Amino acid sequence: MPYVVERKPLTLSERIYLPQILAGMRVTLRRLFAPNVTMEYPEQRPAIPTGYRGVPTLVKDPHGREKCVSCQLCEFVCPPKAIRITPGSVEDQPDRTHVEKGPQAFDIDMLRCIYCGLCQEVCPEEAIFLQNQYTLSGYTRAELVNDKAKLYELGGTLPDQHFKWDKKKAAAEHGNTH
Amino acid sequence: MTAVIELWSGLHPLLQAVIKGLAVIGVMFPFGGACSLIERKVSAWMQGRPGPNRALPFWVAWVPGIGLLQRLGVFHLMADGGKMFFKEDPVPGHVNKFYFYLAPVVGMIPALTTVTVVPFGAYLNEAGKMVPLVLANLDVGILAVFAVSSLGVYALILAGWASNSKYPFLGGIRASAQLISYELSMTLSVLPVFLWVNVPGGNGTLSLFDVVSAQNGAWFGLWMPLSAIVFLVALFAETNRLPFDMAEGEADLVGGFHTEYGAMKWGLFFVAEYSHMLIGSGVFVLLFLGGWNPLPWVPLADVAVWLHLTTQPILLGLLSIGIFLGKALFFIFLFMWVRWTVPRFRYDQVMKLGWQKLLPLAIANLLFYALLIAWIQTRN
Amino acid sequence: MISAPKPDLVTVNIDGKDIAVPKGTNVIEAARQLGIEIPHYCYHPKLTIAGNCRMCLIEMGMPAVDPATKAPIMDAATGKQKINWIPRPQIGCATNASPGLHVKTSSPMAREAREGVTEFLLINHPLDCPICDQAGECKLQEFSTAYGRGYSRFVEQKNVKPKRTELGPRVTLDDERCILCSRCIRFCKEVAKDDVLGFVDRGSYSTLTCYPGKQLANNYSLNTVDICPVGALTSTDFRFKMRVWFLKETPSIDTESSVGANTTVSSREGVIYRITPRQNDAVNDTWMADSGRLLYKQVKADNRLLAPSINGAATATEMALKAAADLLVGRTGPVRHDDDATPAAHRAGAPYQGSVAIVGSGRSSVEEQFLTKKLADALKASVSLVSRVGQGDKLLISADRNPNVRGALVTGLISSLPSQQLTTLAADIDAGKVKTVLSIGEDLTAAGLTAAQLAKVAVVYLGTHQNATSNAAKVVIPTLTVFEKSGTFVNQQFRLQKFAKAVPGPAGVADDLVTLASLAGAATRSTVASDLGTLWSAIAAEVKPLALATYANVPATGLLLDATPWAALPFCEGETLHFKPAASAAATA
Ligand code: SF4
Ligand code: SF4
Ligand code: SF4
Ligand code: FES
Repeated sequence: MPYVVERKPLTLSERIYLPQILAGMRVTLRRLFAPNVTMEYPEQRPAIPTGYRGVPTLVKDPHGREKCVSCQLCEFVCPPKAIRITPGSVEDQPDRTHVEKGPQAFDIDMLRCIYCGLCQEVCPEEAIFLQNQYTLSGYTRAELVNDKAKLYELGGTLPDQHFKWDKKKAAAEHGNTH
Repeated sequence: MTAVIELWSGLHPLLQAVIKGLAVIGVMFPFGGACSLIERKVSAWMQGRPGPNRALPFWVAWVPGIGLLQRLGVFHLMADGGKMFFKEDPVPGHVNKFYFYLAPVVGMIPALTTVTVVPFGAYLNEAGKMVPLVLANLDVGILAVFAVSSLGVYALILAGWASNSKYPFLGGIRASAQLISYELSMTLSVLPVFLWVNVPGGNGTLSLFDVVSAQNGAWFGLWMPLSAIVFLVALFAETNRLPFDMAEGEADLVGGFHTEYGAMKWGLFFVAEYSHMLIGSGVFVLLFLGGWNPLPWVPLADVAVWLHLTTQPILLGLLSIGIFLGKALFFIFLFMWVRWTVPRFRYDQVMKLGWQKLLPLAIANLLFYALLIAWIQTRN
Repeated sequence: MISAPKPDLVTVNIDGKDIAVPKGTNVIEAARQLGIEIPHYCYHPKLTIAGNCRMCLIEMGMPAVDPATKAPIMDAATGKQKINWIPRPQIGCATNASPGLHVKTSSPMAREAREGVTEFLLINHPLDCPICDQAGECKLQEFSTAYGRGYSRFVEQKNVKPKRTELGPRVTLDDERCILCSRCIRFCKEVAKDDVLGFVDRGSYSTLTCYPGKQLANNYSLNTVDICPVGALTSTDFRFKMRVWFLKETPSIDTESSVGANTTVSSREGVIYRITPRQNDAVNDTWMADSGRLLYKQVKADNRLLAPSINGAATATEMALKAAADLLVGRTGPVRHDDDATPAAHRAGAPYQGSVAIVGSGRSSVEEQFLTKKLADALKASVSLVSRVGQGDKLLISADRNPNVRGALVTGLISSLPSQQLTTLAADIDAGKVKTVLSIGEDLTAAGLTAAQLAKVAVVYLGTHQNATSNAAKVVIPTLTVFEKSGTFVNQQFRLQKFAKAVPGPAGVADDLVTLASLAGAATRSTVASDLGTLWSAIAAEVKPLALATYANVPATGLLLDATPWAALPFCEGETLHFKPAASAAATA
């Protein structure tokens, strides 16, 4: 069903158009003397609002342990296929014996990333976050592919309170082992 | 003083012409650059941002107060110029090289040539007679302006065609169609002015200087407003400025005729565009806004008398140039002002406006003033 | 063939719809025929019924009859016979269809029962889907989505069990994830006949384990991974390699023996990650041997032939094809004097008519064998095949280790069964009768030719991997593995089964059909089609047993061909799953 929008017939001054232009020019003239609204970028930096979606990064838990388990859900969900993960098993570590799996390689191609944040949304381990970082530059394409080391460097540690592996350990020590 | 004048008159006419030509180039190129800077600043301010304000050569950074010039972006002017000259100038493989190189030159020629026939000031000679300041005081004045400046369209057509790619080609086509369409209304709109200037009994003239002289009283803009408006609108179209920049149309034509151009070749097109703007504004001021006459009913000669400048031809000349340029620069600003107010017309709207609105209006206007003048004359 | 007696049909009513099913069908299968899924874990159509997961609970009832008169009791409201619904849920897997049985699969009671079962299954489940290889094809995941409550009421500590128990060389067990359905135990006992698995301990401490001193090491152990409804049993080879939702599945055929087990090849972006069985109730049910699952490793093997070569020097495919054609055709066919590339010595005439021997392969597809036959006919070449005989395991590996000897019989490439040694060819070479040998993927030294004999002849080798023959060959043209091409095999039942290309071949390696078609074209001085569509019209026209087949219309489960022309041949296969050798079949009949 097409929806027809009735148009008001134009008045004479609207049809002559020049008065309309003059009215417009009044507006632009006022803007000419209005104060600037932009920010002097390198000196002034915007306050990053919470929930800002900057460069995706990998984070560690408060004890500095790798959180990502290379489930590849982010790789799966990423609309422009920017993420590439090589999963692999990891050695038992005393503080998280159940991990078993972690990324051997984790690349995010920032030339493809569209900052949609779906990777953060989907991550079951809360290991990938789009943080404050918003400037990004490089001389080659390869420089803009963030590898695992770079991602952890950018990501740092997030003070979340899940301590998943500590809970596992506590359960094991509690005696619920076989 | 007189020595300078004598030296000048003693020079070979050819040498004189060369010096005049160099002067035109020496003025118009920096002027084009300055206009582009003004354009960037005005655009920025209208859009609520500071505009270019970063460039500062390090060797003058110590000068106190230089910061203001920096904020005004003055050094961007030089940076832009330097960039134009030194940046890589790619020539796509698919273009027709000869015409591709020719087009910007063809664009510059009419732009620089017309400057020479536009009077930009006047002074009183010993005899107390007004003498125009103009590089070539031609009797055909306005005709020379129209004839030469309309050659500018060939540059666009040539550029569009020689680029051998679709967008430039469309841009060239649009440019030619639009410029031809508006040329008509433009010419018709100035005819009433010359009808009035050439009152029967006088010796017929098309000189722009005479037009200014005829505006010692009321300016033509005041009592021929329709002529002025039609001329102004056509002027926008002729200079390819928004809302008529069909030939460029960066949204739909990726830059139109100059899509394939870069560096100084591209720069030449822009100097030409700004020269056209300046000449167009100048001609408008001369025809409708009293030229160097400071106010309606206040001719320059009277001002000279009040200020005791009748015997100071150089000072008076500078004053007249100032008044004239002031008016012309306002029009340059108007061009920019309109650019950020009115969105680009659709191509069919441009054509419709040219042929169905402006042309009949210009003809009706011409008839009206012709009859009016005839009626006034029969009354006398 | 003895036709099975027509089974008695009984009519049952499931969710208000009547369906007639053979007697003995259980409710899960009956519902499946109606397109209704009854969630289940422990029931597997090819295993006995254990009934221990309780996921398949349904509501069930029988038409009411007056106990005294046996007259139906009618329901006044509906005018139909009244149903006596049993007040507690029943398991669908162990309930067989009986006349008049009424079932509700999604009544509130059934739903509630499933939700309860799900909640119990999840209390000790580690919920490590992010690292679990089963995620994406896990029944527990699916049914938790459908019947789980989304949050846990369990406030106690969860059980912690061993995460990485190696049950055998190829199977790793994650005890925390096991839901104790016993499918794996039943498989080992009933199908693999290798009873090694069992549960120990009680309650929530129950743990799957191998009997002391035993290992889950039989050649069918990976089937337990396939049937494990959760991620408890994982394949050590595939573990943590790739998430299953990235994998592209391509139907293929196991080439390790003439059983021709149906398989699914899972690949991502041109890399094969695993091979799993594909159900075909007439061939392999839902099983396959572990050995067949590792065959994908040959795709990336170090000794893979990747570039054509002439006398050991790498060259372009066209050059190698031309050189091969010169060796085969230049000596035999009518000579083209305008062709400068023909060696001068060969222009004199056709003195070597019949001097070419072709060693075809029981591993080639039917299409390739058809083209080989065309080539052999044009060259008047002798054709032999090499047979490989091993020990059949009575299950899914037969004695004949070539997947497609019967294809060679059907296409007429050979008319008698091949032998393991190429004694005739060896004699011909010694006698100087054979000057050129074309080997299609067969290692001639392994088949009994000596290096000296090979040196006497010009060998053209078409194969996937390097071996003694390819080293000795004058011209080597690399070919594709079964994963990189499409085609058909004829298995021991004379069942025509097709396989499809799962991954692209290595860059620069031409399809086998293109290579053979080009050689056949050179031999017949004509253009021979190499694409499956056109080729199959030629096959259908020229090969009588395949007259009605085209590649496109071979069903997924294969097309059974008429085996009678070859019934007298002494095939070496013994009995395997769904196959009785003709001789013993005749004996039992
Ligand atoms: S970052 Fe998160 S979603 Fe991505 S692989 Fe690691 S755990 Fe999975
Ligand atoms: S933000 Fe979006 S596009 Fe970027 S890596 Fe994450 S999922 Fe991909
Ligand atoms: S390991 Fe898997 S198949 Fe075996 S009992 Fe546990 S859940 Fe069932
Ligand atoms: S499927 Fe029926 S009880 Fe497990």
